[in-house]
Amino acid sequence: MHFYLPIAEMSVNIFLILAMGGGIGFLSGLFGVGGGFLMTPLLIFIGVPAPVAVGTEANQIVASSVSGVIAHMRRGNVDFKMGGVLLAGGFVGSSLGVVLFKYLQGLGQIDLVIKLCYVVFLGIIGGLMFVESARTILRSRSVSASRGKLHQHNWLHGLPFKMRFRRSKLYISALLPLMVGAGVGVLSALMGVGGGFIMVPAMIYLLGMPTSVVIGTSLFQIIFVTANVTFLQAVTTQTVDVPLAILLLIGAVIGAQFGSKYSVRLKGEQLRILLAVMVIGVCAKIAYDLIVTPEDLYSIAPLIAH
Amino acid sequence: MKRNPATFLLLIAALVAVASASARGQALVADLSSHHVAITTGFTGTDVLLFGAVDGEGDVVVVITGPPESVAVRNKQRIAGIWVNADTVEFQGIPNFYAVASNRPLKEITSPDIRETQQIGAEHIATKLAAEDRDRPAAEIALYREALIRNKQNSGLFSVEPEQISIISDRLFRTQIHFPSNMATGSYSAVVYLFRDGEAVQAVSTPILVEKVGVGAEIYNFAHQQSALYGLAAIVIAVFSGWLGGVIFRKV
Repeated sequence: MHFYLPIAEMSVNIFLILAMGGGIGFLSGLFGVGGGFLMTPLLIFIGVPAPVAVGTEANQIVASSVSGVIAHMRRGNVDFKMGGVLLAGGFVGSSLGVVLFKYLQGLGQIDLVIKLCYVVFLGIIGGLMFVESARTILRSRSVSASRGKLHQHNWLHGLPFKMRFRRSKLYISALLPLMVGAGVGVLSALMGVGGGFIMVPAMIYLLGMPTSVVIGTSLFQIIFVTANVTFLQAVTTQTVDVPLAILLLIGAVIGAQFGSKYSVRLKGEQLRILLAVMVIGVCAKIAYDLIVTPEDLYSIAPLIAH
Repeated sequence: MKRNPATFLLLIAALVAVASASARGQALVADLSSHHVAITTGFTGTDVLLFGAVDGEGDVVVVITGPPESVAVRNKQRIAGIWVNADTVEFQGIPNFYAVASNRPLKEITSPDIRETQQIGAEHIATKLAAEDRDRPAAEIALYREALIRNKQNSGLFSVEPEQISIISDRLFRTQIHFPSNMATGSYSAVVYLFRDGEAVQAVSTPILVEKVGVGAEIYNFAHQQSALYGLAAIVIAVFSGWLGGVIFRKV
């Protein structure tokens, strides 16, 4: 059964879109990532114009994150105070990101910058997570786990404006989550994703939050950052295809429920190593496309009248 | 050849048309089964029947042209190991859609010169360069031009080979024109040529309007005319659906 998308201006198979939404929704519930870094390339792959894929995906992540956060809230896995501070940074960052996006578009190399961003950030984060979680798994197998400190202390913990985050069992400077939120906000606007795949490891390794709270809190703040991106895209580029987003989110909302139910059955390090493998996979695919000789060295793109 | 009642009626209409046409001394009449293509939510492309009649012998060629657009053709080069869009040529007034149909191979009907001037065949589409690209070497531009036509053909918007026109008893002709689902909206034109001994003796043009209708059109207009409200609506719909999903699954 086919459906004509009014903004993307193309006909798609409804069941293909539902299946894509379901699959990515499951992963999003499982790992606490919005799934944008998988869905946006996938949409482009099936022929959706890149700007529409980016704008629509932001809209769909809003829905799957709301759905995911409800499941986590029921288990008390959301640190609202931490989420709020991250969010404040996120708003500033994503708005800055949109400005940066327009500047790069003016230079004519936005596609390349987006792809390089994907390769660099997915590569670094996937690699770090893989090494760390593999080590944890190996260690827990050889020696019986010894109870150590909750997290390591370093210079970051010497910053001023200390705040107590009870749910995360942390007493750290508010500047830290503000900076993390802003940094991820810039990248999420630039790469057209929610930014969970950067946010989750940043919360674990930079802020030292317990894994159980990380996923719910990340989803909570992603809702607002992607809502901001959706609004900005709708106003500036008119590339938010609501019918496409609805089709995707029907699949994603259902998938996310199963995903978050399944996530409690897995250990933190198991979740992280799975996510790491996926992140590295997407990174390798994009890197490969940049390196391999394209079938046609020429490509065409319609120009919007200036 | 598929025969259905609608086709039969159209052929009768064509016959009536040709009778009155020859009375006025016209050698060629043509019309379409529809002058309006409506893009609805279930749209997956459509076929339009073009039919007509000729007075006496001759070859019939049909050219369908979509609304003009500006197209950037980009060339990738390997820089520091990765493929980068290194160079761009901008073409203006390129039809979004181009299809051609004829009763026998084009090169048997008329000379390359005439095909060139009448823009018959995808390789003869007139291209206009943007001001900044006009000083570039012709050989280089030719590569970009070929790339433009090749890419358009790959996306199904330019025809590769002419469609078949069937002529019945040297008088009535008909052909099916296929419009793909990725076609642009706007004004299209169908030009029908009558060739005799390699010369175009007559041409008639008929318009086709392609537009979005129904819910799809309303969403498109909403998004473009009240984009702030549209953005807010998109967020509200997303939050509500996400919440609904969460609530439904609570009971499972």
